Amino acid sequence: MQNLAWALSLVLMGIVAALFLWVAAGASRTGGDATGMAASAQGWRNGVFWLVILAGVAISFGTLWDWPIAGHATAAAKPDTVIRATGHQWRWTLDKDTVKAGQLVEFEVTATDVNHGFAIYKDKSHVVAQAQAMPGYVNKLQVRFTEPGDYEVLCLEYCGLAHHGMRAVIKVGK
Amino acid sequence: MNATTAPSADTPSAKLAFQLYVAIGVAVLLLMMIAGALFRATQAAVTPIPANFAYELMTLHGAGMVGVSGLAGAAVMWYFLRRYVTLSTGMFLVMLGLSLVGVVMILAAIGIGRFAGGWTFLYPLPAKSMGVWGPHAAGAFVGGLVFIGVGFLLFYLDCAIAILRRYGSLWKALGLDQLFGSGPVDTSLPPTVVASTMVVIINVLGILAGAVVLVMSLISIYVPTVTFDALLMKNLIFFFGHVFINATIYMAVIGVYEIVPRYTGRPWNISRPFLASWAAVTLIVMAVYPHHLLMDFVMPKWAIVTGQVLSYLSGIPILLVTAYGALVNIHRSGLKWDLPLRLIIFGLFGWAAGVLPAIIDGVVRVNVVMHNTQWVPGHFHFYLMLGLVPLLMGSLLYACTRSEWSETALDRGAFWTFGVAGILFCFVFLSAGYQGVPRRFAVHDAAWLGHAQIGTLAAVLVLLAAVALGVRLLARLPRASLS
Repeated sequence: MQNLAWALSLVLMGIVAALFLWVAAGASRTGGDATGMAASAQGWRNGVFWLVILAGVAISFGTLWDWPIAGHATAAAKPDTVIRATGHQWRWTLDKDTVKAGQLVEFEVTATDVNHGFAIYKDKSHVVAQAQAMPGYVNKLQVRFTEPGDYEVLCLEYCGLAHHGMRAVIKVGK
Repeated sequence: MNATTAPSADTPSAKLAFQLYVAIGVAVLLLMMIAGALFRATQAAVTPIPANFAYELMTLHGAGMVGVSGLAGAAVMWYFLRRYVTLSTGMFLVMLGLSLVGVVMILAAIGIGRFAGGWTFLYPLPAKSMGVWGPHAAGAFVGGLVFIGVGFLLFYLDCAIAILRRYGSLWKALGLDQLFGSGPVDTSLPPTVVASTMVVIINVLGILAGAVVLVMSLISIYVPTVTFDALLMKNLIFFFGHVFINATIYMAVIGVYEIVPRYTGRPWNISRPFLASWAAVTLIVMAVYPHHLLMDFVMPKWAIVTGQVLSYLSGIPILLVTAYGALVNIHRSGLKWDLPLRLIIFGLFGWAAGVLPAIIDGVVRVNVVMHNTQWVPGHFHFYLMLGLVPLLMGSLLYACTRSEWSETALDRGAFWTFGVAGILFCFVFLSAGYQGVPRRFAVHDAAWLGHAQIGTLAAVLVLLAAVALGVRLLARLPRASLS
């Protein structure tokens, strides 16, 4: 998903940059028929508008029809194991920190004091999944770890002076 | 037109008020850029700044940047709106005075009280510092925000009264009678009035929500036995914060409608698509805030869907009406480029390009792996630092120079340095977010230092260019004209 977001951003931002550069480069030249250009531009804009709306409908259905958050507002698959993950200033408490690869793990994420962000990392460079940890609420997050190894839990909601040091490890065995 | 509907008078006190806004705005902007650059340098491990001080800098940078963006945006709106309605200089100065009181309280909270709860004062963090800061520090910070909010509220109410006196209703001032009418559009309704009306509506409601949550926060700070629902508080905070920061951009955009046509000789009149886009934006900006809460799975499903869908739709007015409209307006127009215009068009680019990664982040499936990574400061710095700031600088420079600007090599150097280094700065953030680097970490793991170090270098270059641009603006300030 990160690759898609990055590539799509680069392409779309590149198109916007190219348009601005093209128009800006010719802006100091005269010769444009303002009325004719405005009419032509309006036609283009109308076309692009409906294209964007159609794309939006497709994206919305494509990304939301199959609800992206397992367990949220719909019946979730029955997990193989449940881990209670509780955030405190400034540590995580996991009632279990070892699971097996391929298992469907449900994290019950909450907090005792302030808001925290429960984020599971692979190799410090890849967020596997996350949920907010909030006092008084339990957010359920289902994750299926496909690869064995150590997964680090970081806090992704600023929670005070040792926020960056709030870590835990989930061991995923074969 | 009677006395109550005449344009505002160009009095010396009005000119002085505008100059005060610009001078204070430039000074605070540069100081907050220094605070931000120092925080980035701390992440890069190239300064001896300890984590606790870095988080104070982060809090100061966030609060200061949001505040100064609001003040400078209000200055641009006031500068142009007063040509059509009667605005009070006194109320404009009251907003500045109350804001300065708020700033002093916030500086005291951070500098003396060691408050480092982040500008979003996310409940209940201000009241729960683990002994790092006391209730008075938290109270001074939150109270300072209350003063600033009251100042802005008075200003927007003055704008609302002036608009109502001239146009009879907010409905008409937004052009909704024309949008839903069948006759030809009356182009005498200025785009500035339409945009200002939208800002007044959303910011009055946003600030009122902010006032409620700020008072609740104050209660929780001083009466710890009283607690509130954390999810309700989060909703109120993000509604207020989202509306307020978005309004700053929509105020700055007024400069585009007023200034670009003067360079091209092509009027920027209202049309039905224009009115439809502003009507849509009025609703979208207020309703889209749940996209900040996509990782709060206890939010209702409809709110999550609303957040994603409206996030997508919010890009349409920006890209297809304002940015596209500006490009059509300048295309082959024979305009003469100068620094104010360069900044304004570049600012439009920063805004238009920056919303794209923001919209992508608003998709739930993306948000679950990118929320609160550096992808977020990547996109908001793109549309604020490369969008809002150049829009404001360009508009304010124009107000101080008109067509008498003589371009120097320093102008061109500062502009291109700001643009190129700024784009590098933002893309380093986006790249870091793509690779999962967390935002708001004062101390970075070794694997993340490369991004932070390149980001720091870019931040220093941006800061140097901004100083050059700011000094140029201040030097021209005595020539400011309201007419």
